[in-house]
Amino acid sequence: MNDGEKNSWKTEYRVVALASVLLVFALGFLHSGRSTSAASAGEITGTVKLDGAAPHQRAIDMAKEPSCAAVHKDKPITTENVVAGANGGLANVVVYISQGLTGNEAASSQPAQIDQKGCQYIPHVVAVNPGQHMKILNSDQTSHNIHPQATKNSEWNKSQLSGAPPLDVVWANEEISIPVKCNIHPWMHAYIVIVKGPYGVSDDSGSFKLDNVPPGAYTLTAWQETYGTQTQNVTVAAGKPATVSFTFKAK
Amino acid sequence: MAGKVFAVVVVIVTLAIAYCVMAHVWWMPVDISVHGPNIDHQIEETVLGAGILFIAGQLVLAAFSFLYGDSKGARKMKSFPGGAKPLILFACVVVGIEVLVLSFVGSKAWGSVYFTPPDPNSLRVDVQGGQFAFYFRYPGPDGKFGPLHPELINEGTQNYFGLDPDHDADSKDDIVTAGLAIPVNKPVLLTLHSKDMGHSFYVRELRIQQDLVPGIVIPIHFTAIQTGRFEIVCTQLCGLGHYNMKAYLEVMSQADFDSWLKQQAALQ
Repeated sequence: MNDGEKNSWKTEYRVVALASVLLVFALGFLHSGRSTSAASAGEITGTVKLDGAAPHQRAIDMAKEPSCAAVHKDKPITTENVVAGANGGLANVVVYISQGLTGNEAASSQPAQIDQKGCQYIPHVVAVNPGQHMKILNSDQTSHNIHPQATKNSEWNKSQLSGAPPLDVVWANEEISIPVKCNIHPWMHAYIVIVKGPYGVSDDSGSFKLDNVPPGAYTLTAWQETYGTQTQNVTVAAGKPATVSFTFKAK
Repeated sequence: MAGKVFAVVVVIVTLAIAYCVMAHVWWMPVDISVHGPNIDHQIEETVLGAGILFIAGQLVLAAFSFLYGDSKGARKMKSFPGGAKPLILFACVVVGIEVLVLSFVGSKAWGSVYFTPPDPNSLRVDVQGGQFAFYFRYPGPDGKFGPLHPELINEGTQNYFGLDPDHDADSKDDIVTAGLAIPVNKPVLLTLHSKDMGHSFYVRELRIQQDLVPGIVIPIHFTAIQTGRFEIVCTQLCGLGHYNMKAYLEVMSQADFDSWLKQQAALQ
């Protein structure tokens, strides 16, 4: 091997090294570009109000399941078809983007959760993305069965003994909404709402928040189990929260 | 030797069982109904008849084992006179007579529950079985049950019966409860129906066990004579939650019942 050959090898090394450095920089730029766009993604906040008095919610008699009846003996629980909180806020309303998404939104990486506690589903309404993991817990001293009556996803019905590990569930398709029941305790009732993109569920004061909404114009839909849906248009600017309020008329 | 040991064991086991049955070691729970003594009397008669035959059969078995079990082919095996045919005929006639006599005598007890008309002043309660709970409906002050609309059944709103109080006047005051309360010493008429499949309404202390059959309404009546809390269980396998398909019967004084019903009406 002579000196000339050595030099040409060196040149090739240099080219490869330079290319690698450029690649690293390029990737770095791409990545920083991404995080910048995430930081500039907007959010949508707002409240859901109930106009009028909530309809009468019937008390639930759990005499059949003494371990659960004991939990609620001081304060009997009622049905939760309309849950009105303080200041006219309406709870358990799912707010999601029904138009304006690209369709390629990644599922939330945080697992959603339903707990069976005191022979109630907590929370009563849970929203998830298709592909997002959902944990179902049984904190009771009794067995439950979870029976989501899905139509756009496959319907199933699983038993979960007291003390059994949580079920891990993933839904394939969008579906608004899946009623969930427990056949052993017919009063137990919940809804699973499966939507793409950012979503929020209103709390007892009616407040909700949709995180990580890229700037753009959207149609928002608010879903309530008894009153159905309402829609509104909203424009989200970078780094600035948009505010929306919904009002459902009590029937 | 083996034949004699077997015979002794058979006699000991037979006597032990006979003792347990006669001494009521595992017996039925207390009876709280007016018709119950008829049922209990019939059960006693059936157990007595079957028990005598059981003991006789076991003693014959033991005697033959004791006398002939150890003889090694010394005696020739004897068969029933005439062979197998008359033996089977004889057994059929004997068992047939036994079954006919039992059902003839037993029909009196059965008839005391099913073939007597209900008291016209009975408290009427509608009972619905469904996977996997019983629900009960009292007619309210108007004394009338509203019609059922199965398509309106919604467990989420606690409309277990499918009532439509907005359109049916009779449904407005119907009282739906998760437990069955009745006044003591008052005739009660239950109408049993199922919303999905076969179930069975069983209260041991009432001596009542009646299947619920989808599509038909089955009446059953009784009078409870003792206050207390008793378990109502489903005794027809109806699915994965069958083991947990139960409710409670509360027999209470008329005054307690009146206030209980008022309280339940307020919760509707």
